[in-house]
Amino acid sequence: MTRSPVEDLLRELTPQVLGSLVRRHGRFEDCEDAVQEAAVAAALQWPASGVPDNPRGWLLTVASRRLIDQVRSDEARRFRESRLTAPDPVDVPAVDDTLTLLFLCCHPALAHGSQIALTLRAVGGLTTAEIARAFLVPENTMAVRISRAKTQIKQAGAQFSAPDPAQRLPAVLHVLYLIFNEGYTAHHRADLAAEAIRLTRAVHAQLPTDSEVAGLLALMLLTNSRRAARTTPAGDLVPLDEQDRTLWDRELIGEGMGLVKAALAGPALGPYLLQAAIAATHADAPTTAGTDWRQVHALYLILERIAPNPMVTLNRAIAVAEVDGPEAGLSLLAGLDTDKRLAGHHRLLSVRAHLLEKAGDLVAAHDLYRHAAKATTSLAEQRYLLARARRLAS
Amino acid sequence: MKFVIGMHINPAVLDALTDEEKAAIGDGHGALLTELKESGELIATQALADPSQSAVVSVSGGQRVVTDGPFVEAKEYLGGFYLIDCEDRERALEIAAKIPDAAIAGLAVEVRPVMFYDGALEA
Repeated sequence: MTRSPVEDLLRELTPQVLGSLVRRHGRFEDCEDAVQEAAVAAALQWPASGVPDNPRGWLLTVASRRLIDQVRSDEARRFRESRLTAPDPVDVPAVDDTLTLLFLCCHPALAHGSQIALTLRAVGGLTTAEIARAFLVPENTMAVRISRAKTQIKQAGAQFSAPDPAQRLPAVLHVLYLIFNEGYTAHHRADLAAEAIRLTRAVHAQLPTDSEVAGLLALMLLTNSRRAARTTPAGDLVPLDEQDRTLWDRELIGEGMGLVKAALAGPALGPYLLQAAIAATHADAPTTAGTDWRQVHALYLILERIAPNPMVTLNRAIAVAEVDGPEAGLSLLAGLDTDKRLAGHHRLLSVRAHLLEKAGDLVAAHDLYRHAAKATTSLAEQRYLLARARRLAS
Repeated sequence: MKFVIGMHINPAVLDALTDEEKAAIGDGHGALLTELKESGELIATQALADPSQSAVVSVSGGQRVVTDGPFVEAKEYLGGFYLIDCEDRERALEIAAKIPDAAIAGLAVEVRPVMFYDGALEA
């Protein structure tokens, strides 16, 4: 979507203004209305009269006035006016309230779906219609969901005083990660991947020394660098070993690698940074065969240790197979069969099919690819798995 | 994630219910509808007419051929469905368990993930 410079500026400033306002007055929903009105006023006035010298101060002043008007006219009875005082336009907080707003939107009382929707609405500045389209639900369904999320936050008694970042940051990063994945795995929703990167950049700007924030940003950049290569023009998936690496975006790779290197020099080693380091190892390799699989495997081993998860073991099996042969990978997979979280999961089936194919057991691989195709709920993945099965049948 | 919760009906089972039991089914669906609308998880729900109202259409040599009645003759048939968008499979199963039909022996409530979706987004 193309936006004018004023729209871009408003998208950057409105979450900060909303954050300031809510931090001062509480009342998330009223503040949001007021900020929306101020943003509309700005969108109408600024293109003609020029952007004011202090656009954030301008928005904060206008939004505060709207909020006061609203409270005085509609809700004077249940809200003490004395709590609201007109802000001094010069008193623009130095801190970026985007982060505080993110912490609020990723409140633990909310389900992930609601955290995502509210984050995109309040921090990302997407319209409810845009969010509804991105998640393929009717607009009124999304509107209900967002409004319910706000009520839930209110009921949970959320104070807008910044919670301990160490406590809430993981939830924020997880939501940003989920938004990115939504955008990356569904190619018609590329905007969400770009939005996730934009928001993660904002968090990184606020917390430049946090290695997990840097790791997540790097992971997104490195993953996104492969976007042009990971599907054919017809929308079919292209696996990593068959991707045309000249299509990888070198600029994104350069930025992602830089972030990974800087963060790895620090003392902390978290799951996002490790995943970014794995992505960086792939980005660094000229071909699949030329990939430093020992390093990939070592990184998965550490990841498995600090954040045990069958999906990580599954990925490690692919690396083990590259280092020690497919049988080694298959015996690692055998240990996953009893894990309920993965039972019948199409990833387990398709990775096993892949390793059996490498080991030369083409009949078993063919059957497992077809089995995996039935288990996935992604059409693109199903087409890919059926194509693999067909390739073995001929 | 989107799921269709299909309700498989057996008219013989329904006919054997008392009026109170039938009313309880209606109330149960009403309460669930309200809940799903308020939570923002409902996309649509529809109840289908009796299979005797079905027509099976096929095209042979460019000519339309229509035969009356359902494609599959069975005691049970799809009586209606909920199309929901919820957090995960676990929540879909939780919602399915709230459909009153699930508590009646001989009726079945079936949950299946949706793979492709288009249309009805501007509602």
